[in-house]
Amino acid sequence: MNDKQPETNEKASSNEAIIEIIDMHKWFGEFHVLNNINLTVQKQERIVICGPSGSGKSTLIRCINRLEEHQRGRIIVDGIELTNDIKNIEKIRMEVGMVFQHFNLFPHLTIVENLALGPIWVRKVPKKEAEETAMHYLEKVHIAEQAKKYPGQLSGGQQQRVAIARSLCMKPNVMLFDEPTSALDPEMVKEVLDVMISLASEGMTMIVVSHEMGFAKSVAHRVLFMDFGRIVEENTPVEFFENPQHERTKLFLSQILH
Amino acid sequence: MNEDYRTTESEKLKPPVTSVGVIGWLKGNLFNSWFNSVLTIVTLYFLWITVPSFIRWAFVDSLWISTGAECHQAGGACWSIIPANIRFILFGFFPYESQWRPLLAMILLVGLLYYSQNRNHWKKSLAYAWILGLFIMGLLMKGGLFGLDSVESTQWGGLPLTLLLSVFGLTAAYPLGVVLALGRQSKMPAIKTVCVIYIELIRGVPLITLLFMSSVVFPLFLPEGITVNKILRAQAAIILFTAAYIAEVVRGGLQGMSKGQYEAAESLGLNYHQTMRLVILPQALKIVIPPTVSILISAFKDTSLVVIIALYDILKTTQSVLSDPKWMGFSAEAYIFIALIYFVCCFSMSNYSRRLEKELDRSL
Repeated sequence: MNDKQPETNEKASSNEAIIEIIDMHKWFGEFHVLNNINLTVQKQERIVICGPSGSGKSTLIRCINRLEEHQRGRIIVDGIELTNDIKNIEKIRMEVGMVFQHFNLFPHLTIVENLALGPIWVRKVPKKEAEETAMHYLEKVHIAEQAKKYPGQLSGGQQQRVAIARSLCMKPNVMLFDEPTSALDPEMVKEVLDVMISLASEGMTMIVVSHEMGFAKSVAHRVLFMDFGRIVEENTPVEFFENPQHERTKLFLSQILH
Repeated sequence: MNEDYRTTESEKLKPPVTSVGVIGWLKGNLFNSWFNSVLTIVTLYFLWITVPSFIRWAFVDSLWISTGAECHQAGGACWSIIPANIRFILFGFFPYESQWRPLLAMILLVGLLYYSQNRNHWKKSLAYAWILGLFIMGLLMKGGLFGLDSVESTQWGGLPLTLLLSVFGLTAAYPLGVVLALGRQSKMPAIKTVCVIYIELIRGVPLITLLFMSSVVFPLFLPEGITVNKILRAQAAIILFTAAYIAEVVRGGLQGMSKGQYEAAESLGLNYHQTMRLVILPQALKIVIPPTVSILISAFKDTSLVVIIALYDILKTTQSVLSDPKWMGFSAEAYIFIALIYFVCCFSMSNYSRRLEKELDRSL
């Protein structure tokens, strides 16, 4: 899929847990959206989560940076436990980058301002330095020439690359991707995946909610399959795709792979 | 060959004469159905009987510089009422020989407002200019320093009073309204309740009531010997009233923001204040520029209600002139003049808002 493929599908190089989720439950009203989630993510590990819509996969990663609140169990990110303590939440959000399905760039700011906003106000980096960092990451996602434009002037693929760069500017230890390519026109999916693959090759810890099976095969260390708020199956990509254990997984794979 | 076909075709075929030019426009817009044709004819007839007679009244038979007595003899408009009384209309009871002071203060205010229109000028130096300008304006109006005679605020009136009430009323009401809107959206129940009660109470009461309360009821609660300036009380009433309306408009803008914007800002680690100030408000306030300006314009016109608590704003000074026997009966002329002043102010507000909207438009 890509020539600069990382040391793919090998075990994650370090053995240090960066995210630990223990016995985690969440309800939306009466609806049990996450049921007994246990997940440990090692540093530099790359995980792809898939599953039918409504299975709770987005909610799971949104719990990790507290866009959603879990009601039972524990979530520990980089040694900090997520509680109602606003200081802890802000600390964790600095460490965890997030990329959304609909990009969510700030339309009233230029691209470079979008990127520099977080570093300037959260990390208290001087403006000039923040903008230099911003340009560095824009070059990395091959979009530096658009720096002075506004998000509305860019294509979907370009906007999503900007969104990835915006997260990277905060120098996060973990990147969460919430269906990063599903709002894109088909011809723009590759440019975004390429950026994600090159990010993987640099050893970024990544949790990706996606149905891009090619991406999962080539980049993920583990693939998780979720249904009805549970992690139903969890395996290496090779095993997951070639030898799925559960009936539900088999059905799902047959439906998305045609 | 293709070229050929295109040029000859376009030269040969022209639209029919009746669909272009003046005739085409008339036909398309004024006579495109029998109903519209009737409307057009009726309107033309109406204009035919009103416009020429108005022009004769206003410009042909009119008197521009004369005494009231001469005016009573003539048949046309008596514009003389304005030059003859302009200083009272504009400055009210401000001491006659010192009226250059409010004039200068107004010029300073309008100049500062005009300069502040351009967003490129929004720098620290402008803030200092405003502070200095406000100090000078206050000094000019109030006097008592640097050899200027002291003038009691009860003698302030006319256009300076109208501008004072509206400019400071509106600039104070806007941020207060934004804070109230944010408060109404707050997750903290106490803050939310206070804001909801405030907004609903104020909106449920006419401005006149608030002005009466500020002038009659409020002083009853003050300890004896302490008085608060009447203008200040009216000013406060206008601010509190306008803020409640602005709050509701801004709330509309806040609700129009997508959840994704909040989430993106939060996931970067921005706290509540930063999220609001840097991401949400700049967008939400931009969306609500048109309704906000509507409120500001109507609030500007509503300042004329201060007549009921006996403040001499520009409308009241004009009415006083009209009650002078020499000039009685020329209210149309005087009110047209006042209407023009109000129109210039309101029109420049809406003009500015349109420009601001264009400047801030990033969503291509």
